[in-house]
Amino acid sequence: MMNKNLFRKALENPLALTGFIIIVCVFLLAMFAPIISPYDPDDINVKAILLGPSASHWMGTDGLGRDVLSRMLHGGRISLLVGLVAVGISTAIGILLGALAGYYRGWVDTFIMRLVDVMLSIPSFFLILAVIAFLTPSIINIMIVIGLTSWMGVTRLVRAEFLSLNEREFVLASRTLGAKDGRLIFTHLLPNSLTPIIVSSVLGIAGAVLMESGLSFLGLGVQAPQASWGNILTDGKEYIQFAWWLSLFPGLAILVTVLGYNLLGEGLRDALDPRSNSA
Amino acid sequence: MFKYLIKRVLWMVPMLIGISLISFLIMHLAPGDITNNEASFNPKASEESRQKLRELYNLDKPVIVQYGLWLKRMATLDFGTSFATHQKPVFWQKTDKDGNVTKGLIQEALPITLMINILGLFLTLVLAIPLGIIAARKYGGWQDKTITLFNFVGFSIPGFWLSLLLMYWLGVVNNWFPISGLHSINYDNLDTLGKLKDSISHLFMPVIIPSVTGLAGITLFVKNGMLDVLFQDYITTARSKGLTEHKVVYTHALRNALLPLITIVGLSIPGLIGGSVIAETIFAIPGMGKLFYDSVLMRDFPVIMGILTIGSALTLIGNMLADVAYAWADPRVRRGVARG
Repeated sequence: MMNKNLFRKALENPLALTGFIIIVCVFLLAMFAPIISPYDPDDINVKAILLGPSASHWMGTDGLGRDVLSRMLHGGRISLLVGLVAVGISTAIGILLGALAGYYRGWVDTFIMRLVDVMLSIPSFFLILAVIAFLTPSIINIMIVIGLTSWMGVTRLVRAEFLSLNEREFVLASRTLGAKDGRLIFTHLLPNSLTPIIVSSVLGIAGAVLMESGLSFLGLGVQAPQASWGNILTDGKEYIQFAWWLSLFPGLAILVTVLGYNLLGEGLRDALDPRSNSA
Repeated sequence: MFKYLIKRVLWMVPMLIGISLISFLIMHLAPGDITNNEASFNPKASEESRQKLRELYNLDKPVIVQYGLWLKRMATLDFGTSFATHQKPVFWQKTDKDGNVTKGLIQEALPITLMINILGLFLTLVLAIPLGIIAARKYGGWQDKTITLFNFVGFSIPGFWLSLLLMYWLGVVNNWFPISGLHSINYDNLDTLGKLKDSISHLFMPVIIPSVTGLAGITLFVKNGMLDVLFQDYITTARSKGLTEHKVVYTHALRNALLPLITIVGLSIPGLIGGSVIAETIFAIPGMGKLFYDSVLMRDFPVIMGILTIGSALTLIGNMLADVAYAWADPRVRRGVARG
């Protein structure tokens, strides 16, 4: 009921609607990648190395003669998946720690907030790379590492929401009537903090997609021969003097996807939170 | 003010201890111990190199002793010797008996990274402040809409992709700028002016790219700050007493709108330091980011841990300087600080 209204209200916002349409299109393309890809993404063809865009290869071919369009479609699945799972992890941690800090306050709050301060003072890209140095780069590890290093924003947000909601009459009333901690948290505090959490998660996905593409570009994320937008760009750099299409298309895909998430997130913020005037 | 400064510096101590705990945790993250892991990456890793790792991090001692020794390493900035180059990771400059100086790896790399980031940050501010002011003054107009669109693209564009495009267009197609390194091969033979020109052309792309990608956030921030200020009572007062619009905007509004920018610049430091990894790798700049990337590829743990620590310390120092500068620049806070 309430959620349905929120959803409709959000989509009346032109920014959110544009972002939503972009994301849906990207997801559909990725979902149907095995059906719509003109070639097998891993099919090496020595007779078709570094061909420019043409009718048979819309986005050209790479240094091993693989069809770039097919690799882009399959790579999209990885990039989208990593973004979603990483943000799922960071949001879950953020909600848990933020709720603990905002609800119990006192030393729990102090401890969690100092932990947030410490995590924020380590440059996140350094932190992620250092962790990866001690692990093997793989899709699962990338998702976990991005998730484990980006929960601080959500934690602060949930804590702030809980602290302000805690003082509101309906929560006080419920508490006076003898509601237990769990009931207060799950029926009153958490549902009323959902809007900012959703907004920050959507924007978080944008960040995670960028992070994954950066890591894969550096060769520390998704590993070849598995395609991802980031590691196609690695080839792009290698062949930059001969094959502009290897650099152009994957970057455009990242840009459009991240833009979609950013538009959706900012649009949701504008639509659902009348106080903000950002963007 | 002095008391505040002392307090703020002391605050860094528990933070550094926290950072030491996190970095200790990272080292023990690998399943088993890191020596197995290193061996699994590199089948040629000999028993000897494993022994070296064990000694470096005292892996044969109890965990609490290991942590104590790690804390000592951090406190003395002694992270051991790089596996790859046998240089010290941090600042230890050694002069051997022939007078050859061996510098610490970070000692060589850090100034380059700092220079590029400071130039980039400066450029960002020079562009972002006017853009933000225009967007706020023409709020809702076409100028504002264009800048907003630009901001969305700026937030979403991968910096390394922009680097590749510029590299292709400015470096490969037009050959206007060199695409890698800090100097040309013939740098040492150039005269002073030639050296300066050479350095600028090498630095152009590495500096311009982080500032373009960082522009969106700062522009938005200036715009929102201006919008908040422009509707306050004292601005109405300034207008109604007949001041020119120029004077209202640039002397009354701007000063208050820009104050929070100090904090934002402080907060952007970890992003800048971290972002230098990709930028420096692309343009082959021998700074701290490239050093870190190379160390991660070679699993050169002493250097990795050294850079992690120095990077975090820089962030803490940057944030502290921002807080102090804010307290100094804002008379309201300054008086509050003096009282408290």
